[in-house]
Amino acid sequence: MENAKIKALDFNFYYGAHHVLKNVSAEVIANKVTGIIGPSGCGKSTFLRSINRMNDVISDVKVEGKILLDGKNIYDPEMDVVDIRRQVGMVFQKSNPFPKSIFDNVAYGLRINGIKDKYFIQERVEKSLKDAALWGEVKDRLQKNAFELSGGQQQRLCIARTLAVEPEILLMDEPASALDPTATLKIEELIHQLKSKYTIIIVTHNMQQAARISDYTAFFMLGELVEYDLTSMIFTNPSKKITEDYITGRFG
Amino acid sequence: MQRHFDEELKELNQEILKMGILAEESIQRSVEALKNRDKKMAEAVINEDARVDQLELDIDEKCIDLIARYQPIAGDLRFIAIGMKLNAELERIADIAVDIAQRVLEIADKPQLKPLIDIPKLTTIAQNMVKMSVDAFLKKDVKLAKEVILSDSDADQLRNLIQRELIEDYMAKDGSTAHRAIQYLLVARFLERICDHATNIAEDVIYMVHAEVVRHHPEKL
Repeated sequence: MENAKIKALDFNFYYGAHHVLKNVSAEVIANKVTGIIGPSGCGKSTFLRSINRMNDVISDVKVEGKILLDGKNIYDPEMDVVDIRRQVGMVFQKSNPFPKSIFDNVAYGLRINGIKDKYFIQERVEKSLKDAALWGEVKDRLQKNAFELSGGQQQRLCIARTLAVEPEILLMDEPASALDPTATLKIEELIHQLKSKYTIIIVTHNMQQAARISDYTAFFMLGELVEYDLTSMIFTNPSKKITEDYITGRFG
Repeated sequence: MQRHFDEELKELNQEILKMGILAEESIQRSVEALKNRDKKMAEAVINEDARVDQLELDIDEKCIDLIARYQPIAGDLRFIAIGMKLNAELERIADIAVDIAQRVLEIADKPQLKPLIDIPKLTTIAQNMVKMSVDAFLKKDVKLAKEVILSDSDADQLRNLIQRELIEDYMAKDGSTAHRAIQYLLVARFLERICDHATNIAEDVIYMVHAEVVRHHPEKL
């Protein structure tokens, strides 16, 4: 595929004796939204978390194969994990702002990266909040506690916090599953806007959401990448029967 | 896993089958009326078209409702989308049967121009094509759909034959036959149009089953 930002090559992942991802090979295209779908326990979140080595924090895991980010294997012992996570940001299912002000939440990543220039931080916070489509709603109350925001706003704040350190890739693990339809729509619109600057991978249980927002869709089952194609193909004419059975709800 | 949705799709299937039967009957009866110069039967075809129209509205509503409630994708989506197209094609076919019935009213009281041989033949082709195309949809049978598409040229040839005979043997020789000959000409043209609609249905069936577009791409057959 053209412009592959990420390449998984025969990637295997084990939690103890449990073989969670089996020989996954896939290319994720730059500046596109790639949706990952599959039944619970199929390995989709594990795959997502493998892309910024979030699984490293779990004990007793084993990895085989490679994940190349711009051609470099992120599992190479010489790679700096902090650097990878700066490059590959992540947004979770449940918004998790820090118990700090809106401003400090977004500035957090910059400060821990050693940036002290007040004006630079101010500018970046504003830019990130604008990119996360939240600026208009919070610009007059940046010093308020982040917990005062609604669920949807908190999730966009977390996206702004991720954007502040200028990642190249955004991993999203069911970012809208806890939100109401209006807040969900805002997140989906945001994803659509962000893809011109970022490569986005999103795990979702919502088939219609995957169909709406992703350019490519990967279907995982029992740790295997069963089918991976243009979203328009997967949702009109999947090549495998099991994919069709899953997306149309016949599966199970 | 059994889905409630499948029950709804089955109902839709039944409604489309009913639509197919009604359309087919309309063709049969309109040509029967033509053969027997039966004005009563022609009027019945015209009057009963309201049933087909109502069924068309019901099926459309059902499809829209299923799309809104289930947001179907993949094969389910193709089935409903093509179901809607089929619905429109079948309604059109029934309308054409009404056009034929109106021609009957036009000529029933006038002396018989000629014994009808080729028009009933063309009717049989048209009826078979409609029946086969609806069957292909119901059974998701691509082979049958392809047979329908290939029969269309037979219908075209027969229509040309009828046209030539009416023009050369009647209209050109005796101007007084023109009015009646034109009615038969129109009937032949209508029957051939029915075959075209059946062909459209068959092409849509292939898309529904294989997601492959053969419409306007005869080389893909």
